[in-house]
Amino acid sequence: MKSPAQRNIPSRGTILLEFLGSMNLAITLLVTVAIASVVGTVLQQNQPYQDYIIKFGPFWHEVFKSLGLYDVYAAGWFLVILTFLVISTSVCIYRNAPNMVREMRQFRTRVQAVSLRNMHQVQEWHADAPVDTLEPRYRAWLKQRGYKTRSADHDDHRLIAAKKGSWNRLGYIFTHSAIVVICIGGLVDGQLPIRVKEMIGQIQPETRDIPASQVPEISWLPESNPSFRGNVTIPEGGRAGVAFLQLRDGYLVQPLPFTIELKDFRIEHYVTGQPKSFESDLVIHDPEREQPVEATIAVNHPLIYEGYAIYQASFDDGGSGLSLQAWPLDHPELETQQVEAAVFESLEVETSAGRQTLEFESFRPFNVNPAPEDPEREFRNFGPSFTYRLRSAQGEAREYENYMLPVALEGRKFFLSGVRDNPNQPFFYLHIPADPAGSPRRFLAFNALLRDQDRVREIAAETVGETFSELRLQEPGMVEEVTATMGRLVRMFARGGFDGIVEQVEATVPEDRRMQVMDAYMKVLRNILSALYAEILRAEGVDISAGINERDSRFYEDALNAVTALPMYGSPFFLQLESFDHVQASGLQITRSPGKSVVYLGFTLLMIGVFMMFYVRQRRVWVWLQPQLDQTQVIMAGSGERDRRDFEREFTQLHQGIRRAGETD
Amino acid sequence: MSVTHDQMLQELDERPFYRRLGAFDWIWALLVVAGSIYAWWHYHTLMDGYEVAILAGTAVALVAWGWSWKPVRPYTLAVAAVSLFAVWLYGSDIGVRDSNFFLQYLVASQSAIMWMSALYVLATLTYFFATFTRSEFSGKVASAMTWSATVMGTVGLMVRWRESYLVNADFGHIPVSNLYEVFILFAVITALLYLFYERKYQTRALGGFVLLVISAAVAFLLWYSFDRGAHEIEPLVPALQSYWMKIHVPANFVGYGAFALAAMVGVAYLFRNGQERRNPQAAGSSVLPSLELLDDVMYKSIALGFAFFTVATILGALWAAEAWGGYWSWDPKETWALIVWLNYAAWLHMRLTKGWRGTPMAWWAIVGLFITLFAFLGVNMFLSGLHSYGEL
Repeated sequence: MKSPAQRNIPSRGTILLEFLGSMNLAITLLVTVAIASVVGTVLQQNQPYQDYIIKFGPFWHEVFKSLGLYDVYAAGWFLVILTFLVISTSVCIYRNAPNMVREMRQFRTRVQAVSLRNMHQVQEWHADAPVDTLEPRYRAWLKQRGYKTRSADHDDHRLIAAKKGSWNRLGYIFTHSAIVVICIGGLVDGQLPIRVKEMIGQIQPETRDIPASQVPEISWLPESNPSFRGNVTIPEGGRAGVAFLQLRDGYLVQPLPFTIELKDFRIEHYVTGQPKSFESDLVIHDPEREQPVEATIAVNHPLIYEGYAIYQASFDDGGSGLSLQAWPLDHPELETQQVEAAVFESLEVETSAGRQTLEFESFRPFNVNPAPEDPEREFRNFGPSFTYRLRSAQGEAREYENYMLPVALEGRKFFLSGVRDNPNQPFFYLHIPADPAGSPRRFLAFNALLRDQDRVREIAAETVGETFSELRLQEPGMVEEVTATMGRLVRMFARGGFDGIVEQVEATVPEDRRMQVMDAYMKVLRNILSALYAEILRAEGVDISAGINERDSRFYEDALNAVTALPMYGSPFFLQLESFDHVQASGLQITRSPGKSVVYLGFTLLMIGVFMMFYVRQRRVWVWLQPQLDQTQVIMAGSGERDRRDFEREFTQLHQGIRRAGETD
Repeated sequence: MSVTHDQMLQELDERPFYRRLGAFDWIWALLVVAGSIYAWWHYHTLMDGYEVAILAGTAVALVAWGWSWKPVRPYTLAVAAVSLFAVWLYGSDIGVRDSNFFLQYLVASQSAIMWMSALYVLATLTYFFATFTRSEFSGKVASAMTWSATVMGTVGLMVRWRESYLVNADFGHIPVSNLYEVFILFAVITALLYLFYERKYQTRALGGFVLLVISAAVAFLLWYSFDRGAHEIEPLVPALQSYWMKIHVPANFVGYGAFALAAMVGVAYLFRNGQERRNPQAAGSSVLPSLELLDDVMYKSIALGFAFFTVATILGALWAAEAWGGYWSWDPKETWALIVWLNYAAWLHMRLTKGWRGTPMAWWAIVGLFITLFAFLGVNMFLSGLHSYGEL
């Protein structure tokens, strides 16, 4: 909508206003905002800078960083475009609204016959009744059809001006003001003030992972900060009086005028194991109040306290206590150790591979996994588990996941311990068979025995002696040799499993004799291994005089498999979880957004305005009444902008109806 | 442009609106209100205050809808009757699904959805057949098929709602929570919008075009269900457990449906425009409606879609404020909703203030559908964010 062209040379201000309020600029801005917005959805926003460097390389990282592409919606250039959109819309309102309000009110009772005849819809006829009779009838009828009417006498005629749906104009004003209102409200809640402070050096984000109490003053925001959106994680029984605001690759600390205590955090689960609800019981301790305020929050049910909204955002472990038994796997002479640890703690340990760090990462009280029998449909609780990293002095780490309870697989029970080198891999699981008492002891004793060379030699000598005496062989040299071979084979097996022996044979024996040697080795190895196993059973007090029962022999096979897998497992010890003290932590999001009510006002305007604009149709109808002898000449014309098609039909009906109305007495 | 006799009579009727309502209209209102009260009485223990308000609002809207567009009444009654039949067959045991003939082959949600799929595809072919052979009868058959498909689709959703409670009382939720469910909603809403214009403008020539997009949705649905097992009823994640879902999602899909309709009318526009350019004499004999009418339908459809999409996005923002701690987080889904909104806002400005019409606007409407499609499918497939409920 352009104002009529002015004859004199327009001033600079007028030109600027003309430009800012122009439709072309408005549409260009709409499209520009849309395109700019795409950038922020394609490039994941606000990730750690390290990730971006890996993804784009150092050069492009710098370019993208300086263009603000990692936080597009807070970037200067994006805000400038938005500001232009707001200005352009405001200028549009400023220029058009007064005219529109005037037009909504006016009836336009001064219209020439020529203009009426030029309208899209026009009808002319002669009525038999005088003007004074027709006018009230026509007006009554128009009123019945929803029109407001006004009539005016002119020199030689009377004009009825009628209009309907003027609110349509209000729709325009509402929708366009809504955009301005929403943007202003959004600006109030945005990060702009913080960005400005950062730019002038008043604040600086903290990038180190340190407790809030150690964060220097320059990374603290004032308690009076009117709008922010921060997060804080509180363990059960703990309290927090601050929230952390993420800012690019660091954070700021926002103090709160109260402290939040987490009494309890609960997760409920569906039968499938998916979470059903997260709830936190909070207590707000406000120095302004004598009584603390208690409330329970859940997802979709935040607590609004004194203008601060507290949301259930996430959850984590709150430092669960873990009581562990560390079983040495490679050095039988070492004692098992009792270890007390907690999630998020690290422990220095001396191992056969040198000094290593144990980093306890997480604990899960239960794990509902697809059941091994029917992974498609059945789910089963595998019980508690915890994960940790074992970091070498060189900084390389492997991640382990251990289940507390043995898991039933194909009728047997195993302690599962998963291992992987990096988080993108699936876990490789070590299956330690559980003994009849449901503990890993028998396996660990067997494993230890395999590595106890003296005992192996003793048992080997016994076995060989027995075998030779049974066969009535009297060859002392042979006994020695077989015993030594047994000891060597067991050592190889313990170091590399069956594969280790195969490799050894391939490396030392000529190809044509390998099969033969292999067969012999295996026979000998089997012999000694079962003798060792029998020793373990005997030590447990199992009666094996009538042979080993099926369960125990199955255990033996599983134990051999587990030993074979140990080199891949790569840890010098096995951590068995004996008991735990589950402590959870609740992740809260705390926001203060005074602009919210402004934005909601904008929303309301926008919703009402949109429907008014599209579904309140503006129509104007004029009826020109001019006396002619004893008749009246009638010109009826109308306009219905935007939807001529529908108005055409409506006008036809109006015309037919009004003629009928005029004829009735 | 032709107008039905009924419509003419109705529009010439000079009585005020409420006086024009006949006995059937009041029976309709009574039925809807009675049904809603029964639903409330039966289920109010499971509903919170907002949900009761939504039920009441739905009842009022349904009465008004049935008054202003009469075919809604037989449609609703058919959906209600078939759905209640299915619910009655089920009783309280989901297992009946595999043993009862009617459930297995007709009205269990998955069966109903298969019927819907087959009928929409057949209707598409029939509409095109009717257009090319200019067969009035085939056109009527196509319309009947579309109506039946829409009834079956809605029945599928209704029964699925019930089934979700039967699978496990904890799982129960309105079936608009994942991509599979909303695709059915999309097909049904787009079809209803089309059927409205079909009756209003008395032309079936657009049927094939519009149902093409519905058939595409059906193809996706079938792949999604057979390849990914997406039809399995899953429990709701905590973030979705809110009354907002009941209004935000359907409002959004009225928008998406209307945008899809506009784009397909745009295709028809370009088609007819091409015909006219190649052969100006044959313009009058084209089976497609006039360019002016197509342009008008396109505008009306986008206006409707825009209005609902605005409301849906605002409802989404209000929900986000309650669930995520902020009414706007520049999450990919939110941002793409804004992009879609800005795109159609620009379209409407072009048409309403710059007076653009015709070919460029038709192309733009088609491009708009792709932008919309990305917002509702692409974001879930390629971008990650808070709003990742409908992941592929």
